[in-house]
Amino acid sequence: MKILVPVKRIAALEEDFEIRDDGRDVDGDFINWDLNEWDDYSLETAMQIKEAAGGEPEVVVVTVGPDDAEEVLRKCLAKGADRAIRVWDDALEGADQLAIARVLAGVAKTEAPDLILAGVQSSDHSHGCTGIALSALLDMPHAAVVAAMTYSAGDAKVRVQRELEGGMLHAVDVSTPAVLTIQLGINTPRYASLRGIKQAAARPIEELSAADLGADFASASRVRRMYVPEKSRAQMIEGSPAEQAARIAEIIREATGA
Amino acid sequence: MSGILVVAEHRQGVLRPVSLELVSAVQDVRGALGDKVTVAVIGAGARAHQQTLSMAGVDELVFIDTPDAEFDPEVTEAALAALAAEIRPSLVVVPHSVDSMGYAASLAIRNGYGFATDVFGVAADGAAVVATRGGYGQKVNVELEFPGASTVLLALRGGTWKPPVDAASPAARDFAFSAPASRSKNVEFISPPATNDVDMTAKEFILSVGRGVGEEDNIERFRELADTVGAALGCSRPVADSGWLPKSRQIGQSGKTAAQCKLYMAMGISGAIQHLAGMKHVETIIAVNTDPNASIFSVAKYGVIGDMFEIADELEKHFA
Repeated sequence: MKILVPVKRIAALEEDFEIRDDGRDVDGDFINWDLNEWDDYSLETAMQIKEAAGGEPEVVVVTVGPDDAEEVLRKCLAKGADRAIRVWDDALEGADQLAIARVLAGVAKTEAPDLILAGVQSSDHSHGCTGIALSALLDMPHAAVVAAMTYSAGDAKVRVQRELEGGMLHAVDVSTPAVLTIQLGINTPRYASLRGIKQAAARPIEELSAADLGADFASASRVRRMYVPEKSRAQMIEGSPAEQAARIAEIIREATGA
Repeated sequence: MSGILVVAEHRQGVLRPVSLELVSAVQDVRGALGDKVTVAVIGAGARAHQQTLSMAGVDELVFIDTPDAEFDPEVTEAALAALAAEIRPSLVVVPHSVDSMGYAASLAIRNGYGFATDVFGVAADGAAVVATRGGYGQKVNVELEFPGASTVLLALRGGTWKPPVDAASPAARDFAFSAPASRSKNVEFISPPATNDVDMTAKEFILSVGRGVGEEDNIERFRELADTVGAALGCSRPVADSGWLPKSRQIGQSGKTAAQCKLYMAMGISGAIQHLAGMKHVETIIAVNTDPNASIFSVAKYGVIGDMFEIADELEKHFA
């Protein structure tokens, strides 16, 4: 049994940032990188399935990104993933999420996992579509925004609860192999142990070039322009905490008529 | 170029309001991208929504019967692929929703459509679609184009366009397709536990706490504050996910829609997209946050840059 967990290195902008000269992205100097928050939960889901089955299922993490994207894979290894794969090709610079899904599909075809657990979305661009695009390329059954699931290694189906708008849940049985996108809150992700972190630093990362996978990586969109929107801004209440609180009290009284 | 396809969304027999917002969203581009606006409803009993969808701006309603009344991603995708193959739309719009997250990307990649999600601006440049969405945690706007795509599929953000107000009598027809053998099975809907705790949807004044509350032991402090000022205590997703407050108190798109809320005080909430989207209907939002760049300040009417604990202590004195 094998579980594939695609993860993403996400970009967080510094407080002040500049748009690149070509107007199509933010200048890389103003970006800090981290593991996508949703991917902590999908990895934890995989680890719990692995542990419940006595450790036999193999958990493989994969990311599409340049050399320094390796860091997020080491984080996953430190938390217990068995193997880590990084795919890159300079031609993927500026690729959209559907192109990334095509690359991931190349890896998934080789790995032939029983389950693919992706995050619902990434915290930087929030497309919420890579996992489901991947399911299409593999022709696998799928469910998005999974907030709870019942599954043991080897089951022919997985019972998921999709988290709908307004707090409602929708229970669905999905045949496996399947692709699920995992929602925040489905579990409590573990922290990596110091020992895990130390060991992960020395573990190999398998590297593939997109060309090795031999597919075409067409995007379905292209950035035409990126800009900072004019934002409405709250009327700021200045002063000491006592003065600020006094003004808040007034606003509350006006609004509630109390 | 032959028209625009709008996909309506319904659940448990009720049309989701975003469906009609989508009809408004495409009106500005109908000249450039195609004259005819077709609205499709998928599911057993789809015809039940005919009257609700018979609004100005809709030229044609298409009902697609399926084995189940409720959503199945593979059946929905197959229905839309078949319909799109017939009408060859230049633009297809679906709600950016939990359901569409289950099929839209699949539909787009299998059929070679241009594609973008969580779009809040739709325009035409000549006969080409231009979509605007947020990027980098909504800190920038991103304009997207779709070179070479003869059909573009956009998932549009709810609450962005106002639904049409005038009724009309669009043509209506059924459309048949061969539904694939489904590989998932609809089991049941589970309502959030009916708590005797509180009904946040009915509250007019809500005081919510976010990650800034720091630890579970501090919740009590804000429960007291909420009581003192006459507010119901709510929270953001991370607080509910940590189990510090029940899910029934979570405010925002994925939690309870605080439909009646008129005054919202957000303390220590930086404002994830889903939280902001779920609260933007509220007339007065007061935000207290230590981070001057917190996204919540872009939707709040009043902002306080400061420590939520200090503000709590001071505020309480005014309601003693």
